[in-house]
Amino acid sequence: MSQVNRLSGGQVNRNTELNFRFDGRSFKGFEGDTLASALLANGERLMGRSFKYHRPRGVLTAGSEEPNALVELRQGNRQEPNTRATVAELFEGLEAKAQNAWPSLRFDAMAVNDRFSNFLTAGFYYKTFMWPKPFWEKVYEPIIRKAAGLGSISFEEDPDLYDKGFLHCDLLIIGAGPTGLAAALTAGRAGARVILADEDFRMGGRLNAETLALGDVSGADWATETLAELASLDNVRLMTRTTIIGAFDHGTYGAVERVQDHLPQAVAEKPRQILWRIYSRRAMLCAGAMERPIAFADNDRPGVMLASAVRSYVNRWAAAPAQQVAIFTNNDDGHRTAADLIAKGVNVPAVIDVRADAPAVAGTELLAGAEVIGTQGRLGLTSITVRLANGQTRKIMCGALAVSGGWNPNVHLTCHQRGRPQWDAELAAFVPGPDLPIGMTVAGAANGQLSTAQALSGGATAAVVALNDLGVAASPIAVPQAEDAPIALKPFWHVRGGKSRAWVDLQNDVTVKDVKLAHQENFVSVEHLKRYTTLGMATDQGKTSNMLGLAVMAELTGKSIPETGTTIFRPPYTPVPMSTMAGRATGKHFHPTRKTPSHVWAEEQGAVFTEVGDWLRAQWFPRKGETHWRQSVDREVLQTRKSVGVCDVTTLGKIDVQGRDAASFLNKIYANGFAKLPVGKVRYGLMLREDGIAYDDGTAARLAEDHFVVTTTTANAVLAYRNMEFARQCLWPDLDVQLISTTEAWAQYAVAGPNARKLLEKIVDADVDISNEGFPFMACGEITICGGCRARLFRISFSGELAYEIAVPTRYGDALVRALMAAGEEFDVTPYGTEALGVMRIEKGHAAGNELNGTTTAQNLGLGRMVSKKKDCIGNTLSEREGMNDETGLRLVGFKPVTDTDPVLAGAHLMNASGAVNARTDQGYVTSACYSPILGSAIGIGFLKDGANRMGERLRAVSPLEGSEIQVEVVSAHFVDPEGERLRA
Amino acid sequence: MMIDHPLLGLRDAQEFTYLGDASLIDRPDWQAKDAQDQFHDYLYLRDNPAGEHRELWFHETGDRSWLVVTRNTLTHEISKVELARDVARARGRST
Amino acid sequence: MAYSGLRIIKEALSGHKGWKPAWRDPEPKSQYDIVIVGGGGHGLATAYYLASRYQTAKVAVLEKGWIGGGNVGRNTTIVRSNYLLDGNQSFYNLSLRMWEDLEQDLNYNAMVSQRGILNLVHTDAQRDAARRRGNAMILAGDDAELLDTEGVRAMYPFLNFENARFPIKGGLLHRRGGTVRHDAVAWGYARGADRRGVDIIQNCEVTGFKIEAGKCVGVETSRGFIGAGKVGVAVAGSSSRVMEKAGLRLPIESHVLQAFVSEGLKPVIPGVITYGAGHFYCSQSDKGGLVFGGDIDMYNTYAQRGNLPVVEDVLESGISLIPALGRVRLLRSWGGIMDMSMDGSPFIDRTPIDGLYFNGGWCYGGFKATPASGLCFAHLMATDTPHDVAQAYRLDRFRCGHMIDEKGQGAQPNLH
Repeated sequence: MSQVNRLSGGQVNRNTELNFRFDGRSFKGFEGDTLASALLANGERLMGRSFKYHRPRGVLTAGSEEPNALVELRQGNRQEPNTRATVAELFEGLEAKAQNAWPSLRFDAMAVNDRFSNFLTAGFYYKTFMWPKPFWEKVYEPIIRKAAGLGSISFEEDPDLYDKGFLHCDLLIIGAGPTGLAAALTAGRAGARVILADEDFRMGGRLNAETLALGDVSGADWATETLAELASLDNVRLMTRTTIIGAFDHGTYGAVERVQDHLPQAVAEKPRQILWRIYSRRAMLCAGAMERPIAFADNDRPGVMLASAVRSYVNRWAAAPAQQVAIFTNNDDGHRTAADLIAKGVNVPAVIDVRADAPAVAGTELLAGAEVIGTQGRLGLTSITVRLANGQTRKIMCGALAVSGGWNPNVHLTCHQRGRPQWDAELAAFVPGPDLPIGMTVAGAANGQLSTAQALSGGATAAVVALNDLGVAASPIAVPQAEDAPIALKPFWHVRGGKSRAWVDLQNDVTVKDVKLAHQENFVSVEHLKRYTTLGMATDQGKTSNMLGLAVMAELTGKSIPETGTTIFRPPYTPVPMSTMAGRATGKHFHPTRKTPSHVWAEEQGAVFTEVGDWLRAQWFPRKGETHWRQSVDREVLQTRKSVGVCDVTTLGKIDVQGRDAASFLNKIYANGFAKLPVGKVRYGLMLREDGIAYDDGTAARLAEDHFVVTTTTANAVLAYRNMEFARQCLWPDLDVQLISTTEAWAQYAVAGPNARKLLEKIVDADVDISNEGFPFMACGEITICGGCRARLFRISFSGELAYEIAVPTRYGDALVRALMAAGEEFDVTPYGTEALGVMRIEKGHAAGNELNGTTTAQNLGLGRMVSKKKDCIGNTLSEREGMNDETGLRLVGFKPVTDTDPVLAGAHLMNASGAVNARTDQGYVTSACYSPILGSAIGIGFLKDGANRMGERLRAVSPLEGSEIQVEVVSAHFVDPEGERLRA
Repeated sequence: MMIDHPLLGLRDAQEFTYLGDASLIDRPDWQAKDAQDQFHDYLYLRDNPAGEHRELWFHETGDRSWLVVTRNTLTHEISKVELARDVARARGRST
Repeated sequence: MAYSGLRIIKEALSGHKGWKPAWRDPEPKSQYDIVIVGGGGHGLATAYYLASRYQTAKVAVLEKGWIGGGNVGRNTTIVRSNYLLDGNQSFYNLSLRMWEDLEQDLNYNAMVSQRGILNLVHTDAQRDAARRRGNAMILAGDDAELLDTEGVRAMYPFLNFENARFPIKGGLLHRRGGTVRHDAVAWGYARGADRRGVDIIQNCEVTGFKIEAGKCVGVETSRGFIGAGKVGVAVAGSSSRVMEKAGLRLPIESHVLQAFVSEGLKPVIPGVITYGAGHFYCSQSDKGGLVFGGDIDMYNTYAQRGNLPVVEDVLESGISLIPALGRVRLLRSWGGIMDMSMDGSPFIDRTPIDGLYFNGGWCYGGFKATPASGLCFAHLMATDTPHDVAQAYRLDRFRCGHMIDEKGQGAQPNLH
């Protein structure tokens, strides 16, 4: 029994038959079908279950506004929940499962909820489940969560690719129905850069779904001809399967193009979908209108559909929803459906029109002034009950009911920038308001011009206006003769007096009774109505239900519909896969990976790497036989302190500062003085924020009278540069100073240890004197190495050893590390990574990121005296505030465990030796800790209240997280070489 | 958003880093008697208008100009873009 | 009328005719003891506690639109007490304890669900910071657990452990943290306040303050003058705009925070997860939608909408952390206006104008503060002394250098 409801004609390709499966059964359809149209053609009306009551549901619409027919498409790692069958293009082998139904779609055990619907009214859960108190999380909520939700995910990673792209145009036309096509042809012929985007896989909009002629051809043929001409124009880009999801600022639109969703198998290396950011100078919304339903008792059975959707299925897809289709309408448009069905040979038992003066329809019985008051059929409609104008009721057998309650212009995108639509009494619908996104115009049905003729001329005219606005001359295309029927509609929202429930929001199971209850309980604002009843919060965002809900509420409150207002339309227009918004920036590509100049060399050495911001840095260099990272790190530290080690420090920020006023500029940037720093010298510098908090430290080296090199921490390289540019451009704009970030331009290595000089002597060119006298501690200079290679040498030390930092242009970075290692072979040089670097700086008591945490002052760091009071510099005024100068406040100190084998934990809190342990007795915290191989125990540094005056005191370092508590002794943070003899050696 | 950079033309706002109210240009005199109060007001208090707002943007992934952008905080419409350096000079800042 | 399961059964069997309005819509009186400006979560909670705990007789809440329409109506529903700094700890500790008793107190099921919040860490420095914070939480009487990678994997095996740019090294778990049905909080407080005689007046916009001899004696509104012994302002994103009418400048900027919800899904994420290497946090509502968010849009704004770059940033982070969500669809985004303060911490304080009080600067963390904020603001207005746990939330704290800066970002509101 294949395709029992397939009609003749339509725009499906009967030469390509496609096999597909739905809910475990096999079917056949044609190329050009959607899953919904193919199921209807096969006589299947039941496609889903509702959210709350698990009522059987069929397809309501033929488009992206579908609330009912949601399926799980595909399987395994491509399983896709909540896919609307109405927009899923059929492909060979398509697999879809019904969702939110167990054990099967036809028999769903959870449908028992429907029996209790009288107890499960709007907001019932706010009134119960409160006793006993622990039962909410333990009993009630787990049951509710399991029952709720719609589709499910596979928990597997999506294997498909996603891309992002950027497009620019003069005119973006949203929607390729008659309006959009007329606009695009007008603009295209005028030579403007046009993008025409449509969510459908076939452009033409309602022209494909109607039998109306345009001139002497069918609407669909006119669309085909127009598209052919547009495709021939180089200045026009046609984007099918592309949904404009949002109208953002300054003419920017988000668009999602479904590149491969219609293919059985994704083509590898091609994206499944693309998120486009479209920069438009002008945009035209030609998104048409959506038909709306009428609420009546049991209006949710499979087979109850929108009349326009019935026409779409019959005319475009040649699929009849049933053998007998009745019509229920409040306007002339519903009559068109009857005519089209009859023309296709489908039996139309009656047209039920609420208007007493409804015009007659040929080929069927008109029941004027009648209303549908009930429906029958468990899994699909079998009959309807009609109350005739004379008050009698009549049962009419039918498998489908086509309902038309009028049309709502598709104003969604006009409201994305908080514009509000306005009421059009003639249409009984909201039309775009005056506050459109800047650069947007609306034409055709989206603007309330519902006839085909209005759409065509409206589109052409609006395109001319938009282009003229841009200074492009254009004239409207000659539009063909087309249908121009006036609006003939009687506002009618719901049938009164039925005993059964009448659905407003089909997916979320919100009925007219729920709206009434919300009103009774004073949830009368549309926003309260929505939130209390969940009206319009389903996957369709109320596209077919919101209007109905607020019309019912308006009736109850006695206010007009415009007074009642609307909820807010928010992006995206239709739901977007999360991966599409993420694009390629996921997994390993989430952030760029910055590699240091020695990266390749370090890889060759078997280094273990760690993430430092976007950088990858060598963490340690394991040697043969080392099984634990501590062995490697201890060795690197000891070897460096004993002989010499090399570490890549390229990641530190470097800022080149040049100009006549460079010194006075730095004097304003740093808290300490720089005006008098001699050429050839380096100075440690502390940068404050304007609020007086220390935020970065580093060095500035004076290479020439008018030339400094500033270094920052790795973490603050970008921020420090930004702040310095702010000071230069915004605070002291007339200083003669120029800045450039050179972090990536120079490869820089620390060479540290007693043999550092001996090693470097083998590298530097003969005329360079790096003796202790010729190049003392804190000296710097531009030198040459390895026979003429340009380099910079700084005698600075983070490790506390005799140490240098040597920099060469980045392209020589790899060569330099190899040269350093080769030269150091005789000293048994070791490369060291960030762990050993960290150990040595803790041993030396240098502050780093853990200490510069954005809340510490210079005083906290023990550097209070560095803050000059004699000059204007960023941060010094506010650093003098009383609250930041507590003499007994936090001070940076060191800690040693009383028992050598005890570990010190960074993040442990400090407590007095005895007494209570709680927040009130807190004395401070350990910021950084490590095992010191030199001292043979763990050590830590951290902030302690009144720390400077508590040397030698015993405290407890507690970490209740781990249940640990150890005794520590307060010591100077300078564990190694406190007098600094080594670094001056 | 798009910012019409005075030197470079229309650029996507994503290329910029936002700082805040352009009054941050008006850094007080550190030697004033009530310098601490002035700095407090300068750094911490904001007009925070609903409407036209002059604000600082840094072309971080571009030419590193600081700009003063006049933008409406209700509609996001941008009515003016200036080089912050020019604004600073016009407001009497120098060395 | 008390709510209960029994009551529902009774009403169901009698056609639901007995349900009464959850709150009345009274006409404004000419004079109140206390007028609260702002019918959001904080304003309604303040009114409720004024009436219930401080027995203040005549209280009105004035709301320019519909109650609960501000940030309590659009947030990501998270409640927690995982603070590091002294000034914050006892306040949020109290707030979380109040959440735990809220439903019985209000006789309204706000679905307080302590499903646990897991803050992931990706570097050693983050672990050190998490340990300091976790210990601070425990020492302050809250709960915390430090998980290693395997501990995280046991809870959430579908996170990206195999192919991550920033590997998950562990996480700080706060089991008593969780989510609350946000709208229900506003409605529950409104109903509770209304039952205790508070007048909740919707569609009543305050257009000015009447200040006589340095004392605030009432407010001008779109529905006429309303006299008041004391006036408390709790208007979140509109703080600067409203207080400007009293001639005050605030240490606050208004910014937009976007948030997102996915289509409904069968259970995926039992708790709340926050990513430590990007801007993303996520939970799943009882209805099945994934509720998630990330960073603010960075620029000052009063427009309740955001732009694409932040949307993309949030989803890049989200899919990087949870690749299994790739084919799940984003359903809706929205934007709320945040009153971002200069140190990321709020204000509950008197103002220089006698009789005028201010509650604001909650940044994007106001929701979880609702009960304690209401209680402390009520306490302040009723007794003219700050509540014990809210002593640090002074407007003048920047003048004396007593910032409460959890994130250590300094005076740049958009970074808090």
